[in-house]
Amino acid sequence: MSFVEYGDTIKDGDTAIVFLGHESMFPVKVQHGTVTQTKYGVIRHSTDLIGKKYGSKVTCSKGGWVFILHPTPELWTMNLPHRTQILYSTDISIITMMLELKPGSIVCESGTGSGSLSHALIRTVAPTGHLYTVEFHQQRAEKAQEEFREHGVEHLVTVTNQDVCKNGFGVSNIADAVFLDIPSPWEAIGHAKAALKAEGGRICSFSPCIEQVQRTCLAMEEYGFTEINTLEILLRVYNVRTISLQIPDLGKAAEDNSSAGFDSSSPSNQGSPCANLQQGTVQFKSGVPLREMVGHTGYLTFATKS
Amino acid sequence: RKIIFEKQWFYLDNAIGHIYGTTFEVTNGGNLQPKQEVEETPTETKEAGTDNRNIVDDGKSQKLTHDDIKALKDKGIKGQEIVQQLIENSTTFRGKTEFAQDKYIKKKKKKYEAVITIVKPSTRILSTMYYAREPGKINASFRNVENVQFKNSGSPMSCHSFALVGYGSIIQMYPGAGPVRAATSCFGFPKPFFDNLHEFPLSKVHSLLSGTFSTETLPSDPEENALVEEESNGLTDEKQTSHQEAEEEPTTEAAMEINQTEEQETMDINAEEVEFKESKEKENKENVRDKQIKQWERRKKLMETAAFLREKNADGLIVASKFHPTPLLLSLLEFVAPSRPFVVYCQYKEPLLECYTKLRERGGVINLKLSETWLRNYQVLPDRSHPKLTMSGGGGYLLSGITVVLDKGKSDSSNSEALKMEEPSPKRCKVQDLHC
Repeated sequence: MSFVEYGDTIKDGDTAIVFLGHESMFPVKVQHGTVTQTKYGVIRHSTDLIGKKYGSKVTCSKGGWVFILHPTPELWTMNLPHRTQILYSTDISIITMMLELKPGSIVCESGTGSGSLSHALIRTVAPTGHLYTVEFHQQRAEKAQEEFREHGVEHLVTVTNQDVCKNGFGVSNIADAVFLDIPSPWEAIGHAKAALKAEGGRICSFSPCIEQVQRTCLAMEEYGFTEINTLEILLRVYNVRTISLQIPDLGKAAEDNSSAGFDSSSPSNQGSPCANLQQGTVQFKSGVPLREMVGHTGYLTFATKS
Repeated sequence: RKIIFEKQWFYLDNAIGHIYGTTFEVTNGGNLQPKQEVEETPTETKEAGTDNRNIVDDGKSQKLTHDDIKALKDKGIKGQEIVQQLIENSTTFRGKTEFAQDKYIKKKKKKYEAVITIVKPSTRILSTMYYAREPGKINASFRNVENVQFKNSGSPMSCHSFALVGYGSIIQMYPGAGPVRAATSCFGFPKPFFDNLHEFPLSKVHSLLSGTFSTETLPSDPEENALVEEESNGLTDEKQTSHQEAEEEPTTEAAMEINQTEEQETMDINAEEVEFKESKEKENKENVRDKQIKQWERRKKLMETAAFLREKNADGLIVASKFHPTPLLLSLLEFVAPSRPFVVYCQYKEPLLECYTKLRERGGVINLKLSETWLRNYQVLPDRSHPKLTMSGGGGYLLSGITVVLDKGKSDSSNSEALKMEEPSPKRCKVQDLHC
């Protein structure tokens, strides 16, 4: 297993994701002789996990079962231990694209935080790129370093424990892209410019508040960044449900217009409601928005150094 | 070579040798290189009104007539100077607020100062471009979500948007783990692993090449340009990579092309034009190559792909086509290894609802998620920050999930199910051609 390469079978020391169903999962470190408790019973690593294929069904002691998944940055984002507020996959994906990251890119990041974005960046720039990440909180920096080691991506990342606003990224003129997720990004724009390659590169700053964005934009302009562009991306998730609505009884006799059952295979009739006059209901499939959705994570400000 | 862009025509010769991101000003037919920093139009007196209570729209505020302006243009006077003239001859300009003055200058600048910035092609720029010019073809946020979640490309399928999907796969999703395969399946084949294998067809290469010349004006405003629609020949394309092939020598032409593109993307920025010309020549040589060799190679590649597909060990699946997604997904998922992500893009929600239900019946997938992204751009200026526009709905929907090992009992029935689903697919496609 590695976060940057698929492995077939589960090995000792791997990080695996235990999937319990209904979006509930948790990460587990596979070790000989260890047991993990789930609500479906015990998983014994030596017999139940090691040597099995990723994606297989594992039966627990109580007869219940779970799936064991290969770790990916996306799954890790959903399961990592939070040390800070983290970025989620929707934001991460647009950052990856707008920073024009690809295998071989050199990226600077600050702060490392919980490493949610770091894992995605590492996966994108592997196998020949590198991530330089700066975190001013010593414990968080150490913890991140440890995680990268466990996940087999140590060789692709350098963690530095310093204040990016004062001391910069510790590298100069080598980065293709810089990402900032700190309280006062405008204080780091100069350092970001110094870290980017002489021939140019991209920068992104993530801030929850519009005032932070304004100051950042001013700083970017001051340092000669072009193509400054601020955006926000929202994810809407839908539950797929079969909805049945009652037909009001208007006192009419049931006319002879009941359709011949739910027929979704003929294109002319696609998704057409199925009237069931005996029960007085109409059934249809619908994508229902979740009751609660993320309304705002942060503003993303992108710019180009050229 | 003469190129027409945003009602301007120019030659690219002068642009060669400059760094990407350089801004050019168009003169009569050629390119000229002004400084990076365009000097701000100096408004000699910084006087401005506070509000518009006294500004009356009588249509006479601009003292220059149409003919005057045309005369200025014909003389070949710099756009900047024309703007200056317009400002000086506007009676209301002084009375306007500072913000309105800014706005006025910006508007006029856009009209009279033809400035073009030549940038390096990338997924970011191309997808934005495509979306702006050919709405309904592809969407930036979709490329995105898919890109990040599905780095190890599986089988992206699409017709006319493939040019872009393919490009994106190459420069973004090429996991450094082996060649990306492009295959075509003539639709309605019962067993996709007998698909015709497709080299990068020239239509696609063309868009790759033209992509390298993608230009963008600053400020980039989505202008409705009537672009000649690429011929979509109704073929479906698949891409396959697997890091199992990392050990293999990338022998296929497609792979070579990809490597070229990779080089193009990563090479020293100043040498790009030369390199680009070279690769273009290579392309041309390939075109005039002996057809028999080509056919033989094609067949060889076909066999390779078939063999690869039979291993059923793809690292992911991406579907984005104008066809109904359900039959595609049900049959193509067969090639994907367990514990791998897949994603289906569709412009409409309803087919994905059905897809969701069918996948649930089939089993072998978990964490199914139907989602949509909204992108909102902001104008950020001192005291004038607000959202610009909201993109939604038109961006399309994604259905994503993770494959798991199928239950043995279920797999037989699901196979027959998949075959059954294949039957009406050609018929469906005809119905699905609505937005083409």
